[in-house]
Parts: sequence; C-alpha cells; structure tokens
Amino acid sequence: MWLLPLLPLAGFAVNVALGQRLRQLAGWLATALVATSFLIAVAAFFALLSHGGEERTQILRGYEWFSAGDLRVAFDFRWDQLSATMALVVTGVSGLIHLYSIGYMAHDDRSETFFAWLNLFVAAMLVLVLAQNFLVMFLGWEGVGLCSYLLIGFWFNRRLPVVQPDARLVEGVPDETEEVWAPPAAKKAFLANRIGDFGFLIAMFLLYRQFGSLDFDDVLGRASGLVGATATTVALLLFLACAGKSAQIPLYVWLPDAMAGPTPVSALIHAATMVTAGVFLVARTHALFEASPTAQTVVVVVGALTALLAALIAVGQDDIKKILAYSTVSQLGYMFVAVGVGPVGYAAGLFHLVTHAFFKAQLFLGAGSVMHGNDDDTDVKHFGGLRTAMPVTFWTMGAAWLAIIGFPLTAGFYSKEAILGAAFEHGGFGLLGWAIGALTAGLTAFYMSRMFFLTFLGKARWPEGRHPHESPPVMTAPLVVLAVLALVAGLVLGGGGFAGGPLARFLDPVLVGPEAAAEHSASFARELLLGAIVVLVGAVGVLAAWWLYLSGRVEWLAVRARFAAAWRLLAHKLYVDEVYEFFTVTLGRAAAAFLAVNVDQRTIDGAVNGVAAVVGVVASRGRRLQTGLVRTYAVGVLGGAVLIVAFLVFRTS
Amino acid sequence: MRVGTNAYLLLGAVLFTIGVIGVLVRRNAIVVFMCVELMLNAVNLSFIAFARRNGTLDGQVLSFFVMVVAAAEVVVGLGILVAIFRKRSSISVDDVNLLRG
Repeated sequence: MWLLPLLPLAGFAVNVALGQRLRQLAGWLATALVATSFLIAVAAFFALLSHGGEERTQILRGYEWFSAGDLRVAFDFRWDQLSATMALVVTGVSGLIHLYSIGYMAHDDRSETFFAWLNLFVAAMLVLVLAQNFLVMFLGWEGVGLCSYLLIGFWFNRRLPVVQPDARLVEGVPDETEEVWAPPAAKKAFLANRIGDFGFLIAMFLLYRQFGSLDFDDVLGRASGLVGATATTVALLLFLACAGKSAQIPLYVWLPDAMAGPTPVSALIHAATMVTAGVFLVARTHALFEASPTAQTVVVVVGALTALLAALIAVGQDDIKKILAYSTVSQLGYMFVAVGVGPVGYAAGLFHLVTHAFFKAQLFLGAGSVMHGNDDDTDVKHFGGLRTAMPVTFWTMGAAWLAIIGFPLTAGFYSKEAILGAAFEHGGFGLLGWAIGALTAGLTAFYMSRMFFLTFLGKARWPEGRHPHESPPVMTAPLVVLAVLALVAGLVLGGGGFAGGPLARFLDPVLVGPEAAAEHSASFARELLLGAIVVLVGAVGVLAAWWLYLSGRVEWLAVRARFAAAWRLLAHKLYVDEVYEFFTVTLGRAAAAFLAVNVDQRTIDGAVNGVAAVVGVVASRGRRLQTGLVRTYAVGVLGGAVLIVAFLVFRTS
Repeated sequence: MRVGTNAYLLLGAVLFTIGVIGVLVRRNAIVVFMCVELMLNAVNLSFIAFARRNGTLDGQVLSFFVMVVAAAEVVVGLGILVAIFRKRSSISVDDVNLLRG
C-alpha cells in the first residue's frame, strides 16, 4: 500500500535527477510507474472486497511524523471504500493521461520536467486521498496545489493564443492574438487556492482545540458532539477550502485561466482529479457537515449556483478549453449539491465524481487531440467539419459528449440522475438544487452540443494552409478507453438504477453507516419520471444547439450580433473577473496609495523628519552663540559670576 | 593713621573691575594676561584684608595658593601664546577663533 504514492514519487525523483538523460524514456518511465500504482490499487481493492462490508476499513500505521505537546501526527494511511474509489480513479485516469502525454508532449523540449511534475502530482493526490488525519491530507492538498501551479505555468515563456470574444469571424484568417498568459494564470490559481487553504488551516486549528487530535477516527467519531456555531464555522471553513480547490463560487475564477497549462494537465488536474478533492473532502468529513445543517444548506446553494453560473458562462465561450473548463466548474457544482444534501447524496456525488473523471478527461484529451491536429488552435470558430479529418477523436468525443449531456444509458445520465434524485428526495433546499440542476442540465446539453457541432460537424472553417490530422495511436488509445468508460461506467457502477447501485452499496458503509444504508427508498416510477424530465430538458438543449449551429436555417454569427449585449456579457464571463479586480486590485491600490501618502509619508516620515527639522533649527540658531571670540566667552563667565554673587548676596536678605 | 578693612576691599574691587574691563576690551593677549593677573591679585588683597581683620591665617594661606596657581597658569598660558605667535605672527585674541560655530 505504501508503494501507491511512493512509486510516482520515485518517478518524480528519477525524472528530476536523470530526466535530461532519459529524454523520451522519461514519459514511458512515468507512465509505467503510475500504471504499476494502478495495478497495486486494483489488487488492494480486491483484497478489500474479500472482507465483509463492515471490516473493510484498514488503517496503516506509519512512522510518527512529529509530535508537539499533546499533538501527535503520524503518517497513517486509511484504506477504505472511499479512498479505494478515489485511488482507483486517480491512478487509472492518471495512467491513461500519462500515456496520452507521451504523444502530446513529444515535441516539447522540457517534457521530462513535465513528467516529473505530473508524477509528483499523482503522488500528492494519492497522499491526499489515503490520508488518515487532517494534516497528512493537508500535505497532499498543498502538494497538488503546488503541482497545479507548476503545471499551469509550464509554458511560462510561450506565447499562447488568446481567443477574442468580440472578434469577427473572417474566413481563413485566424483572428486571435497571442500572449504569454501562463504565469499570471498559475499565480491566480495558486492565490485562489491559498484562500481556501487558509480555511482548511483554521478549521484544523478549531478541530484540534475541540478534540485534541487531528486523526479522522478521533475527530469524525465525535463530530456529533460539535454544536451550533462551532460546527457551522468548522464546516464552512472546510467548505471554503473545497471552494478554492474545487473551483466553486466565489473562488472558481482560477479554473478557466488554468487552461493555460498543457491540455493533459487540464484533463488530469483540472477536470478529473485535483478539482474533485473538495468533493472528496466533504465526503470524508461528512460527519462535520452533518453536525451543521446551515453548512449543508450553504454547500447545496453554492453548488447549485455555481453549476448554473458556470453553465451560463460556458454558453458564451469560443475557446474549446474554456468551454470545457466552465463545464467542469458546473459539474463540480452538481457534485456539491449531492454531497450537500446529506446521506442520500454522498454516494451520488462520488458516483458523478467517477463518471465525470472519465468523460471530462476524455473531452479534454479529445480537445487536446483537436488542438494537436490544428496547430494548437483553440477557437471553435476555426474548426468545423473535423469529423472526417479526425475520425477517432470524433467518435470518442462523441461518446463523452453523450455522457455529459446525460443521454440515456451513458455514464453521465446515471450519475446526474442519481444526484438530482437525491436532491429531490431530500426535499427543502434540495428541491432548489433539483430545479437549478435540471435547468443546468439543459444548458449543459446546449453548450456541449454547441462545442461538439462547431468543432466536428458542419462546414469546414479552418484557415488556409492548415491540414488537420488525426493524432498518433499513443494519444488515441487513451481516448478510446475513456470513451468506452464514459459509455458503460454508468451501467456498471449504477447497476441500471439511479440510486443504490453497486457503487452506492460499496460506499454507503463508510459514508452513511450501516443503519442508514437502506434508506434509498425512492420508487422506481418517481425516478423514471424525474429522469424523463431531465432528459427532456437536455433534449431541448441539444435541439436548440442543433437549430442554431447546425441546421443551417439560422446564421449563428448574425444571431450573435443581434443579441450583442447579452452575448458580450456571457463572453466576458459575466464580468466576474472585472468585479474581483475592482474589489481587490483597484480598491487595494487606492488603500495602498492612501496609506502610502497619508500614513507613511505624512505621519511616520513626518514625525521623523519633523524631529530632525526641529533639531536643525535649534542647532543653526544655537551655533551663533559660538563666536570663537575669547572675550565673548569671558563676558559669559563674568555674567555667570555676577549672577552667583548676586544670588549669594541676596539669598540671605 | 589706621587704614580700615573697607579701604582694602574697595581697592581690591576697583583693581578687580579694572582687570575685568581689561580682559573684556583688550585684544592683545599679553595685556589680557596681565589683566587676569590683576584680578587674581585683587582677590589676594581681599583675602589678606579679611585674614587680618578676622585674625586668622586662612586668607593668607589661600592667597599663597592663588599665587602658586597663577604662576603655573602664566607658564602654560605664555607657552601657548608663544606657540600661537609662531604660527600666526599675531597675538590678538580675536584672531584665534577656530571654535566659531
């Protein structure tokens, strides 16, 4: 079990030390190590299955990391149903993406650095999901944040295309500009995550004060003892951490910018694994959230609003990766709705996490393949008709497209229905989550279809002299695997029903406890009805996209020009970045300027300079006393003597 | 006729005042010195007068001390004056104003 994170870590070490010599082998080495990790995880998973449902939690005691006062922190790992699920997804999807990266990064002269960081990321992510106490988890949490930062900024000196939302589509002429925008994007991601990490830290401090321990068993076992404000504070602080890592309102702004990184990074870190860490955290510490209904409401409402907002913005994006990025934010919102409604939703949230990892990783890798075959262009306005040029990418992405829009019997269909069903069943604010979720499902279908139609179908619009071509087998193989998973994972894991499938039965013992495991009581008829509604909404979305972008009855650029104001609002991401900029940068600058002039220059410097000036004036006046003439001094001596004599004489009288 | 103590004191005061004025108004360092001596000896005269009037030896002893100190002071002072004169060819006290602020 220890090998699970240690193998990728070893890959990181080797690639850092010897990557320069290994050259092309570096990628294969990294892939092989992650694949070995995956095999170990599979073996450990089957070992887990051989135990009964209740004895499946294994704690692996590691060495004592440090002790300070009463606090003892050990490198303990936890292998239970939840960490097994996460570890399988992380290592499995990572392995495929590593393989893909060999092809994608073949022409990059720093590819060994890339694989080193990718391996480090996998190691950190595994530490995160396997941790048995908050601090070890935080170690992984920070580790993935660091790798995310490093990999977003991987092309720190490269000019990357910037899709201009307002630019006209001119046939044959790329209308985007290029800029070096990876470094600011990396910094933005890191800073947004720091805000969340701050919440994680404070929550840890509070928990330590309450329980005197950071071990999951100690804390979560007694979590129901938390009451009122403390429970809410801890849960909300943890959720702040989730909002940072998993890109929820108000900290989601970093994820779309993170697309500056190489596409495999977007697929691995910013779609399949790292960004789901927040969902995992809520599931892992669910006892803390259950102690505070307020916090649960916040989780659901924030998740639902994020899902809707991100889906709206995604409608207005022209950059294929940005569309997918906002779609990720939106899908993460779904997962938070699920884990926020409590025991009925945990398994559904994890279910969607798994299926989303498959189909979103596929979509990103497919987008990477499209970029690879189109001179790194990301503007959907320049694609169209790629179906014949890139058949494998087309078919596999088509599968993932069906999954994400919730086409019946695909993976996304089951997990999305599971979430919405759980939200509906929970009632109360869960109904709000259900309504927004259903609406978002329609929007999702619309913008994903829009992306798919504009990219692969219709008339070819790529510039003169470009020859789109299919990617090499090393890249298409992972696409095929993920596409198959995107189609069948729902059937296998969901077992044909929306709730209570095999995955849910597997996870429920750790997430809701044995007595509540049988709570999934929704009637099949109601599930079917709810599912039908959502499918119908999705169908409307697809039809709208077809009518607007594919049918040829409407000139979509003309429609865009006609509703220019609304379009611009969406294309500029509802101006959220600008609002943030106003509140942080502009107001911050104003405050800094105020402090610099009034406090620093006028008050502090003023005091110092004032003292100096007074001394100077006194001194320049006083220097005139020193005439250098002996006789003047003699007058002084005389005057002094006279005064003393006068004093002596008149004192007595 | 017997001269009263007051007369001695008056003479001492006059001599002292002349000395003070000399120190203050004259520029020639040697004259200034002589005026300082005049002041010292005016004080000596007062001491002696008091000693005689009170019939004690205190004033006489003190005046000896003053004379000894005055002699030492003159030696040092004249040495400095010679050095200054060699350096500047002048013994005007106003020319020595290096300490002017």
